[in-house]
Amino acid sequence: MKFIYQTWWKVLAVVMIFYTLVAGFLLGVPRLEILHETIRNTYFHVPMWIAMFTVFTISVIYSIKYLQTGKEEYDLIAVEAANTGIFFFVLGLITGMLWARYTWGEYWSNDPKQNSAAIAFLLYCAYLVLRNSIDEEQKRAKISAIYNIFAFPVMIVLIMVLPRMTDSLHPGNGGNPAFGKLDMDNRMRVVLYPAFIAWALMAVWIATIRYRIRLIEYKKNAIN
Amino acid sequence: MKLVGQTIELLKKEIILEWRSKYAFNGILLYIVSTVFVCYISFNLNPGFKESQGYPIVWNILFWIIMLFASVNAIAKSFLQESKARLLYYYSIAHPQAIILSKTIYNTLLMSLLSVLALLVYKLFFPNPVGDEVFYFVAVLFGAMSFSTVFTMISAIASKAGNNGTLMAILSFPVIIPVILLLVRVSKAAMDGIDRSLSFGNIGVLLAINIIVIASSLILFPYLWRD
Repeated sequence: MKFIYQTWWKVLAVVMIFYTLVAGFLLGVPRLEILHETIRNTYFHVPMWIAMFTVFTISVIYSIKYLQTGKEEYDLIAVEAANTGIFFFVLGLITGMLWARYTWGEYWSNDPKQNSAAIAFLLYCAYLVLRNSIDEEQKRAKISAIYNIFAFPVMIVLIMVLPRMTDSLHPGNGGNPAFGKLDMDNRMRVVLYPAFIAWALMAVWIATIRYRIRLIEYKKNAIN
Repeated sequence: MKLVGQTIELLKKEIILEWRSKYAFNGILLYIVSTVFVCYISFNLNPGFKESQGYPIVWNILFWIIMLFASVNAIAKSFLQESKARLLYYYSIAHPQAIILSKTIYNTLLMSLLSVLALLVYKLFFPNPVGDEVFYFVAVLFGAMSFSTVFTMISAIASKAGNNGTLMAILSFPVIIPVILLLVRVSKAAMDGIDRSLSFGNIGVLLAINIIVIASSLILFPYLWRD
């Protein structure tokens, strides 16, 4: 747990995000039909999902740890990681919708990938509602940990598996070329891969700050 | 195997209890028949509905929506009807995994039977030529199994969290939507009489979801039951 109190990776995250902001808008990109300059959205849209997967994975790991040990801190980490994940989920949806407006024509065009993502979003909203429905702290922690572990594989199936089986317009789905095959070159990779790491670290940082606030509140409210 | 023996005993108990009262079975059957009848009357208020172009699509989707709500109602009861003392007694004599497994198998059997009856009633009121009858029937059985596995686990969670219907719907619908999408796709292919091998991919994903759900309920239920 020492990791979350260290500074170096937070500085790294900020520096790398500034790098991707500058390089993402200034470096050259491949000229492609329909996409044109909107291909730069890859630098901002995809890292949001990488960040979301990172914090949701942390959330599930700490839910499992909570069930094993019953330590209240692990539940706090799980819920704050899930909260941060939902925030990045919304950002991922918004950046995707903006891009879809200029390439597919509509913000929401009933694409399987968009629909699946919306359903997965409901799944995590249900997690928060479930937490609110139980008053007793330990019972709430246990039941929501169980639902969290149950929801994670379903979310993976929804976002990663199902859209690939149908005719989605989304790159990488339904026979469309994914990034890295046709429409990507090395100029883009030097921005995209650092962006993955930077936004994932940023999400972890937000989650740790929220966790630390919750921990202070929890200690303050504890009966001594 | 001790687990298998316990599961079979508990399953026998569930079936005997249901056989004596026939409450869940008759109740849900009546629910399905009245829903189908309400749909029949309402749709026939519009003349020319059966000849309209969208009729086969509505036919297929309406059936799955009726089945969805019928199974939510049927399976939400599976943990609700047990009193707290009786649950405690089960846990003292049997392994928790045997309990969730027996409930899942029992619900699968119940829902399979009910789905077949529902399909018969539905076809009576809404006649529709199905291209591949056998495959449609198989799709309905797959549907019954998938609904049962998902809803049994969710009802166990919902019963621990105050047992209200809202929570059951909120928790289960995001999980069941992908299942419904796959089922509608498979059954539509069967209805149109499309070559069966084209649906194997969808059935594979459906089976994979079922395996994930059963595996996670087996792992998670032992943590869930303790208060």
